[in-house]
Amino acid sequence: MLRWLSQKIRSGLAKTRGVFTGVFDLLRGKGKVDQAFLDELEKRLYLADVGTQATSQIVERVRQAFRDKEISGEVETFVKQQLRELLGHEERDIRWSATKPTVILVAGVNGSGKTTTIAKLAKRFQDQGKKVLLAACDTFRAAAVEQLTVWAQRIGCDIVKQQQGANPSAVAFDACERAKARGYDVLIVDTAGRLHTQTHLMKELEKIYHVVGRQIPGAPHEVLLVLDATTGQNALQQAEQFTKVVRCSGIVLTKLDGTAKGGAIFAIKQKLGLPVKFVGVGEQLDDLEPFDPDAFVAALFE
Amino acid sequence: MFEGITRGLSEALRKLRGRGRLTPDNIREGLREVRRAFLEADVNFHVVNQFIQRVEAKATGQEVLARVDPAEQIIKIVYDELVALMGPVDPRIPQRADRPVVLMLCGLQGSGKTTTAAKLALTLKERGRKPMLVAADLQRPGAVEQLQTLGSQIEVPVYSERTTPVDVCRNAITAARRQLCDSVILDTAGRLQIDQQLMQELQRIDTLVQPDEIYLVVDAMIGQEAANVAKAFNDALELNACILTKLDGDTRGGAALSIKAVTGVPIKFIGVGEKLDKLEEFVPERMAGRILGQGDLMGVVEKIAAIQKQISEEELKKQQEALAKGDFTLDMFRQQFSLLTKVGMKDLISRIPGMAEMIPEGEDPEIALRRVQGIIDSMTRQERARPEIIDQSRRRRIARGAGVDVAEVGQFLKQFEQMRQLMRQMSQMTLWQRLKMVAGLGQMGAFLPGGLDKIQIKPADASRRKSARERAEERKRRNKKKRR
Ligand SMILES: Nc1nc2c(ncn2[C@@H]2O[C@H](COP(=O)(O)OP(=O)(O)OP(=O)(O)O)[C@@H](O)[C@H]2O)c(=O)[nH]1
Ligand SMILES: Nc1nc2c(ncn2[C@@H]2O[C@H](COP(=O)(O)OP(=O)(O)OP(=O)(O)O)[C@@H](O)[C@H]2O)c(=O)[nH]1
Ligand SMILES: [Mg+2]
Ligand SMILES: [Mg+2]
Repeated sequence: MLRWLSQKIRSGLAKTRGVFTGVFDLLRGKGKVDQAFLDELEKRLYLADVGTQATSQIVERVRQAFRDKEISGEVETFVKQQLRELLGHEERDIRWSATKPTVILVAGVNGSGKTTTIAKLAKRFQDQGKKVLLAACDTFRAAAVEQLTVWAQRIGCDIVKQQQGANPSAVAFDACERAKARGYDVLIVDTAGRLHTQTHLMKELEKIYHVVGRQIPGAPHEVLLVLDATTGQNALQQAEQFTKVVRCSGIVLTKLDGTAKGGAIFAIKQKLGLPVKFVGVGEQLDDLEPFDPDAFVAALFE
Repeated sequence: MFEGITRGLSEALRKLRGRGRLTPDNIREGLREVRRAFLEADVNFHVVNQFIQRVEAKATGQEVLARVDPAEQIIKIVYDELVALMGPVDPRIPQRADRPVVLMLCGLQGSGKTTTAAKLALTLKERGRKPMLVAADLQRPGAVEQLQTLGSQIEVPVYSERTTPVDVCRNAITAARRQLCDSVILDTAGRLQIDQQLMQELQRIDTLVQPDEIYLVVDAMIGQEAANVAKAFNDALELNACILTKLDGDTRGGAALSIKAVTGVPIKFIGVGEKLDKLEEFVPERMAGRILGQGDLMGVVEKIAAIQKQISEEELKKQQEALAKGDFTLDMFRQQFSLLTKVGMKDLISRIPGMAEMIPEGEDPEIALRRVQGIIDSMTRQERARPEIIDQSRRRRIARGAGVDVAEVGQFLKQFEQMRQLMRQMSQMTLWQRLKMVAGLGQMGAFLPGGLDKIQIKPADASRRKSARERAEERKRRNKKKRR
């Protein structure tokens, strides 16, 4: 079952595990489930950015179920189960369209890893034998187009672009036309980083979303929100606002190769039902893994 | 937003009101709210606990001041402590005579190093210095081009060569000397603090080039990791300061406290936008307000303070005296307004929570403001001093002069009267109450026509008033008619 875990993500999670190892040790310790135990559990969850709500929920459930009982394997199973339940059970594969092309819109705040993730996804799909087209709709940030172009060259896939400062919706439009005309299997749309509080930029994103939908019925079939695992509680606001504007269908949690735990995904799942679909574990093309919540939780306590 | 913490605290400390002392028990109850607020603001868990202990010690035994809400008293202690911990700030960038001063930027991937490098260069340029940017990120696709583009935008030379980061930095210093640049800014590649190899690369640059200052660039949205990241970079490089980016969003930015508390490294600048002029000096007072969940209220207060500075001292004194008596005149109002437009109403509005919603869709806030100015400007000096003399015929004249509806003039006068009453109330308030009031005003859109409706001084005939949007629509209809 753990076969999906590449060596890379294993080492990534080893650090993720670091924090949760405390829980594990805690769970395997001797004594009673007393206040000190619960405080310790709370601390571990907070340090993993799980946040006030999800943390107090888990701690409260453990308190109710095990208060003053001896620490046992049951407590461990229970805590894991709680975490696993929070992550949900839905489909985590890309929602492929029955007709070509499948359009994937990628959005997120500045610097979260959108462009790099797109390169990784493109590589992945191409390795699966699909014909991939990229749309460089970040026409704002300096050299954003060049960045995506370099990746496209390395992967050997096609890219639709205009000069910096061009209208991103126009680029999206061109890309849709090209994808339809030349029979591409997947079109992945890169967008400029934007903070979810910037109304005009969120409107711009919404426009790209609608343009794509008008050109290709049912598109975008997948809207991926790219979330930096290092982010704290603001991740929830990000997910909320982006989902409101472009109906996100999944999350890519990046930079999990660092020590960050990305614990905010628990609250996001709970509040918005948004599942994590992929995780980023490095800066290279192969550093992308599908997210498997069972393995994730299990690995946390391995 | 501001209510977030105060309401919870007030609730917990209600019974304290009046006489008594702050005791460990009742304080602890109140501080639980503070703790929650801090954790939600992403302050590191350990830092929160230490901080709470300090405040507890400070607060215990303090007399509960008469007429002051104990909750406010605690917040004041928390606020002061926060400010003290995050300060002091030194916004200067060193200079030296013997060679160009070298600044090195480092940090995690995507934190904003390259953008910040260009922002710093622009700041230096504006201070009359001659900066050079150095593209030492040879790792990420497009990184060099990114810096080159930014450099050309602000007309600052960018040094690059396709060798190694260490060589780039070393050779850049020579090039800077040759081009008579007095400051060199090294933009390094993003890296994880646990990446031994890349951290050593930074140390090699440090040893070889001996930067005068090393700044850690941190994304303000960072969570609990802030403490670990800052500690590791500081251990490896002895940081001089930290720059927090992306504070233009709604993150509470607890990292500012975590970083300073864990490493002692001060925050020097903050990034508040993608554009290159969006770099500001770090202001602990503002950050404290933000961490406590007041939005950027302190920013607003600060801005208002700046506006007031522009008014001559004498004028200010006269106004304050008048205010104390409750004599807020239309002249003063008009003056405040034009100053508001001067500092950029748009900017101000975007900082006040809830304000943006008050502006009718499609209407430019500055235009809305200008309409009000037009009304005031169409009044005589007498009318401005004593608005109560404005009768129906005067209203008609003013409306004609300002090119608005008579009803709109009446509406405005009514609102002004409400504001005058508010001002009178405010002159009798404590600072904290006033702050809260300003926050409330902001939410209600006090600076805008129509906004004051929402503040209920007396539950007046609110039902008859039109919303800002309705009035905007009416105006549109009117204008159309005129054109025909
Ligand atoms: N360690 C690590 N770094 C990553 C990962 N994903 C992306 N990065 C790095 O994060 C930085 C930002 O990535 P980009 O792909 O440019 O991010 P973006 O969201 O497109 O940025 P903007 O377009 O500027 O908003 C780059 O240095 C990437 O190499 C990851 O999974 N792990
Ligand atoms: N909203 C906002 N965006 C910012 C700010 N500073 C930087 N950015 C954006 O954040 C993203 C990443 O910025 P970069 O300057 O490329 O970050 P970096 O640290 O150089 O990234 P790497 O070199 O890939 O590690 C870009 O989209 C920037 O435009 C800021 O203060 N506010
Ligand atoms: Mg990008
Ligand atoms: Mg960079």
